[in-house]
Amino acid sequence: MNEQEDDLAILADGLRKTYSGPPGDIPAVRRIDLDVGRGEFFGLLGPNGAGKSTTIGMLTTLVRPTGGRATVCGVDVVDRPVEVKRRIGVVAQQDTLDPELTVEENLEFRGRYFGMTSRDARRRAGELLEFFGLTDRRRARVFELSGGQSRRAVLGRALIHRPDVLFLDEPTAGLDPQSRINLWELINGLQADGQTILLTTHYMEEAESLCERIAVIDHGVVLACDTVKGLKETAGAETVITVTYDGQPFDVDRLSRRYGVNRVEATEHQVRVFTNIADGVLGELAALATEAGATITDATQLRPSLETAFLTLTGREYRE
Amino acid sequence: MTTIAQPIPITRPTVARAMLALTARDLRVMRRALLMNIVRIVLQPLLFVFVFAYVLPEIGAAPGGSGLSTIMIPGLVGSTMIMQSMASIVFPLVMELAGPGAIEDRVLAPLPVHLIAVQRIVTAMIEGLFAGILVFPVALFVHSGGQQPAVDSRNWPLLVVVMLAGALLSASLGMFLGATINPRQVQVLFTLVMFPAMMLGCVYFTWASLAGVRWLQIAVLINPMVYLDEGLRAALTPQVGHLATWAFLLVLVGGAALFTWLSIRLFVRRVTK
Repeated sequence: MNEQEDDLAILADGLRKTYSGPPGDIPAVRRIDLDVGRGEFFGLLGPNGAGKSTTIGMLTTLVRPTGGRATVCGVDVVDRPVEVKRRIGVVAQQDTLDPELTVEENLEFRGRYFGMTSRDARRRAGELLEFFGLTDRRRARVFELSGGQSRRAVLGRALIHRPDVLFLDEPTAGLDPQSRINLWELINGLQADGQTILLTTHYMEEAESLCERIAVIDHGVVLACDTVKGLKETAGAETVITVTYDGQPFDVDRLSRRYGVNRVEATEHQVRVFTNIADGVLGELAALATEAGATITDATQLRPSLETAFLTLTGREYRE
Repeated sequence: MTTIAQPIPITRPTVARAMLALTARDLRVMRRALLMNIVRIVLQPLLFVFVFAYVLPEIGAAPGGSGLSTIMIPGLVGSTMIMQSMASIVFPLVMELAGPGAIEDRVLAPLPVHLIAVQRIVTAMIEGLFAGILVFPVALFVHSGGQQPAVDSRNWPLLVVVMLAGALLSASLGMFLGATINPRQVQVLFTLVMFPAMMLGCVYFTWASLAGVRWLQIAVLINPMVYLDEGLRAALTPQVGHLATWAFLLVLVGGAALFTWLSIRLFVRRVTK
């Protein structure tokens, strides 16, 4: 361990995992390199099956790497798993609350696993339940909770021992929109408090609105790693304008010669313009349509987004 | 709210504390359904002694005297211990290993994975010993007149060794099976394996008395319950005769060591992918 690694919350260096099974060897993670600073809110974005959960599994000591190495707060995950477990809180993709216990007991016992006295654990559980709006559900059994309540309880439980690094694996998967927004606000609050967070998600919107830095993963490899703004600038920096119309097809040559426009795609009843400078394009398109006697029925303008970035990076449509 | 994420050190994590806390959790769950658990543990042995040591002698369908109730005391204590330790580990473990993520709650506790397995075995041992001790007075006091069982408790060191080794053997066997079978096989395990093991486990008769059916006397030796029941017989009712001391001690202690080692290895393999 060197000093630089000690300063990092998470380091992954050529991390690899191959599952060997009857159908043959399945490479879940081919090569992941990551460095997450303390206090950072970092996202792993990728479609289902990209290798995000396996990566989290290795970083949280639950999955044994086939190759490469990883440290959490400078501690090696393979050599000293117990010390890593003391430093992390994990919100897994599935509901992992203890069904034999009440909500409050779930938090209390987790605190005691980490060496808190039962009095301290109960007090801390009380604080967290209040923060997550679960005080009136504290004596409820786990199966009585709604999806959103259960996620907040898991999050509260993961924080009980004040972990240095919080891992959130698809925290809002399966939640209704209202609960999702509510959870985002709570997670943002934690980040504002200085909590280091590593989040995986297959929702672009979630990565974009929460994370400071994102690693885009697919097929077990990091395709790009940058800030949200940086990713948009390096890849998929175009605005996409789409116009649908009634009437005869019309000539769009004038538009493709316009400064900033990279590409124009004209199909029957639809024109799509990819451009770096969006100002005035829609107006000119409307003028062309009017000259040709066509009626515009629909117009959309898509700003540069992670979705266009993913398209440029992988050459594939993003599959959620 | 700024107190939630601030790293104020209020925990002093040690492996020992984590193990104690996991055991405290198991005891809390056990205590919650205590009455129901006691009824579940006691009902079957109670019915056995009631029918065989009270009803049958009263109606003249079974020989009088203290023979049967004396034979049944070690048998019922031993079989109840095995059934209880195994049930307390097999059912939850099978469910946790089957459901995605359910085991992670424990595995993320700050202690080595093999000690998580050890802690599980300790809990199952506690439950088995508790059940055995609970059944003892039932078997001792329920009988018809003149059927008072003759118990000799002078050899208590042997009793302690047999009880502990028997509890460890059943708990580790339970862990081994729980980590091997899937939820659909649990029912099969209890009807096809545990029930015959109990009927032929020298619970209601001594091993020596099987001499008349020699092939059966040899066949039942594959049943671990035989060794616990005969071991308890040696410690509690030596006068009725029992398997050689070296034989039951070898199987109980050796089997406990073997299956503890095997089941811990298996558990670690099942939970670390």
